[in-house]
Amino acid sequence: MLSNIALGRFYPGNSFVHRLDPRVKIVLVVVLLVTVFFSNNYLAFFTNLAAIFIFMVFAKISFKNYFKNMKVILFIVLFTSVLNIFYAKGPLLFKIGPVAITKCGLDNSIFVAFRLLTLILISSLLTFTTSPTDLTDALERILKPLSVFKIKTHELAMMMSIALRFIPTLLEETDKIIDAQKARGADMESGNALKRIKALVPILVPLLVASFRRAFDLAMAMECRCYNGGDGRTKMKVLHICSNDVLAISAVVTIFLLVLWSNFWVLAVHL
Amino acid sequence: MIGDFSFMENFINIVDLKFSYEEADSGRGINILDGVNLEIKKGEFLTILGHNGSGKSTLAKHLNAMISPTDGDVFVRGINTKDSSRIYDIRSSVGLVFQNPDNQIVASIVEDDVAFGPENLGIAPEEIRARVDGALRAVDMYDYRQEATYNLSGGQKQRVAIAGIIAMKPSCLVLDEPTAMLDPIGRDEVMRVIKKLNKECGITIVLITHYMDETTGSDRIVVMSKGKIVRVGVPRDIFSDIDFLKKCQLSIPQSVELVQKLQAHGVNVPSFALNEDECIDILTQYFSVNAVKR
Amino acid sequence: MAQIEVKDLTYVYSAGAGEPRCALNRINLSIEKGEFIGLVGHTGSGKSTFAKQLNALLKPTSGNVLWDGVDIWQNSRSNPEFAREVRFKVGLVFQYPEYQLFEDTVYNDIAFGPKNMGLSDSDVKEKVLAACNFVNLDLNLLQKSPFDLSGGEKRKVAIAGVLSMDPEVLVLDEPTVGLDPCSREALLEQLYQYHKEKDKTIVLISHRMEDIAKYSDRVIVLSDGNLVMFDSARHVFGCDKILNDVGLKAPQICSIMAKLKAGAIPSLNDKVLTVDDAVTELLKFV
Repeated sequence: MLSNIALGRFYPGNSFVHRLDPRVKIVLVVVLLVTVFFSNNYLAFFTNLAAIFIFMVFAKISFKNYFKNMKVILFIVLFTSVLNIFYAKGPLLFKIGPVAITKCGLDNSIFVAFRLLTLILISSLLTFTTSPTDLTDALERILKPLSVFKIKTHELAMMMSIALRFIPTLLEETDKIIDAQKARGADMESGNALKRIKALVPILVPLLVASFRRAFDLAMAMECRCYNGGDGRTKMKVLHICSNDVLAISAVVTIFLLVLWSNFWVLAVHL
Repeated sequence: MIGDFSFMENFINIVDLKFSYEEADSGRGINILDGVNLEIKKGEFLTILGHNGSGKSTLAKHLNAMISPTDGDVFVRGINTKDSSRIYDIRSSVGLVFQNPDNQIVASIVEDDVAFGPENLGIAPEEIRARVDGALRAVDMYDYRQEATYNLSGGQKQRVAIAGIIAMKPSCLVLDEPTAMLDPIGRDEVMRVIKKLNKECGITIVLITHYMDETTGSDRIVVMSKGKIVRVGVPRDIFSDIDFLKKCQLSIPQSVELVQKLQAHGVNVPSFALNEDECIDILTQYFSVNAVKR
Repeated sequence: MAQIEVKDLTYVYSAGAGEPRCALNRINLSIEKGEFIGLVGHTGSGKSTFAKQLNALLKPTSGNVLWDGVDIWQNSRSNPEFAREVRFKVGLVFQYPEYQLFEDTVYNDIAFGPKNMGLSDSDVKEKVLAACNFVNLDLNLLQKSPFDLSGGEKRKVAIAGVLSMDPEVLVLDEPTVGLDPCSREALLEQLYQYHKEKDKTIVLISHRMEDIAKYSDRVIVLSDGNLVMFDSARHVFGCDKILNDVGLKAPQICSIMAKLKAGAIPSLNDKVLTVDDAVTELLKFV
């Protein structure tokens, strides 16, 4: 079932991580992602992992949920890291049949797998602990300076939050339509590529019609609630940076510096 | 109009309202509303009944300036809905709730959705918080304020939608078949909330429905057919004219039908039973006096 | 032999978040050919899941669904097309079926099912016309786009789209929701005629107990995935207490009669399903 996908899901709560300012969270996530891509040695990895782990503990969300998200990209992780094993030069470690495994290749594949998995962990941490409204709100405020260039930041953020709100609804709708057409004997599992693409028409047309109908209804409901774009709009939730945010920022900056330092250190040792 | 304050006690005044549009392919004019006159009083519970296509929904959209009349006028607290400079005054005092709860919820989290209206009105954050909490309490959804809207049942979603309107502090709530897509439990929840808002908060209610059993609490019933108001009256009058109800393609509660049919068979009972209990009372009284012992 | 037999049917959902949920729990029942079955239960009781099991859209977690004595899923292992064949025999009309319309003309939409069955053009045409006849659809609409029709007409087209497969069993999930009282009565009456004339089995899912009481021979009551009752409509709607326990209400007329029997007229036969029955019973005491 399509509606089982857990990516982008929000788990309401009141933990340390939940209460962080969403703007701070977004910026910190970006910094953490950069840190992960800077990491090129095991010390840096462990620093990263430890930091993420601590944040995960503070977020008070069952670790099962993170693994569910990781499962989704497990195949990509395996595929790319296996490819990386073969593609390498440097001193030979050992041989499996005709395949030569080098230390460099092995390192590379571990690094790739690590980077992809931490990427998922970090982004899950953000979406699990931040409501879509907060997320788009924060994004709107971060992007605010762009309105100087006539970019409609409020409209962009509103579109994003509505899209997030309707994803589960439309997934459910798609499930229903698939079932209904299957009940009329639609065959979506057999045949060549062309036949399969044709078999999508009975799904896509009703889905499109439904989306337009919903969009029309929603627009009317929004107008009824006095929506008039971003001008003169206020927000219920006022964002301000507090001591927790400062704490989190310092933690992440420390990690970033640690990783940078470890990179130089490793470089120095090699020289 | 100067000096004439008679319309002021009426919250909404509909004067000779007409609405028509031209059909795209034939260019033929289609009359949806054909001369509607109605006064809606402050604090009343008004039900509008009518079959599909009778013009109920179009009338509803006129009440908060979602549609502008082709001819005639609608006044809300004396403001003409054609006055586009006052459009947000009108929309924040007459809220409209639609049939499909899924399609009127904007945000993913309950309290964020309820805050949407007040945020649009530019109200101060602390005041919004207070209004949102108050609105959620009024519809008994306060405990769900942090929940994802997607996980709620139909009845709960519809109550959140109502809270989203209530948070704008309207004096009038117009509900366009709010229970049509709900199961019996959801329907009871929503009807209870609507009645509570009317009784306890003094909000004027205009309820559009197909279902006679939802009208029993209302002060007046308006019956529409083919773009016209064909009858206005208290529930007791409307319910007792079964031929009229059938002619207007309305559903008849079984209690009403039973009493009417017994009467048609020459049984001397009152011609009207508003609800189940009243029907049982009538029949108990009749049969304890007249029952043939077998 | 029963037309449909369900043995120990269990179905467990494993939704993305949260614990797996048991949607159907060891259901045992059988439905005979030509019966009109009512299926009731509150939202989330497993009604729709049960309907999807009957026409092989969902595979049971455990237990069996037998069609004419043949296990659908065991047979599908040797014959992968079997599940699809069952779908043609058990037509399923979903809630708001008009949301699945997609073809350019009404005719093509109704013909989608029969075409999938691999019928010849002339057979398809015959089936489409017969289906239109049963739902009383104006034949002038056949060349129109389904999206230009009114709500009530769309509903008819969608139901015709299932009837055109000429299924042996017709399962309808809330077919009248959103219709006005007049269209609702007309639709149910047409379905009843179809059931009578062609001796087809019908399973009607509805929250409207009055409609279930009026048409059903037997009624299935589900609650939280469990089979609570499966008995004649008269019996089921006489069990006020059990119905209340699972969040349902007997039709108004049933509870009026039950209360009269408990009060003023102890010798009253309160096992009635319609207002006309009630009038007949009450007139005996005048």
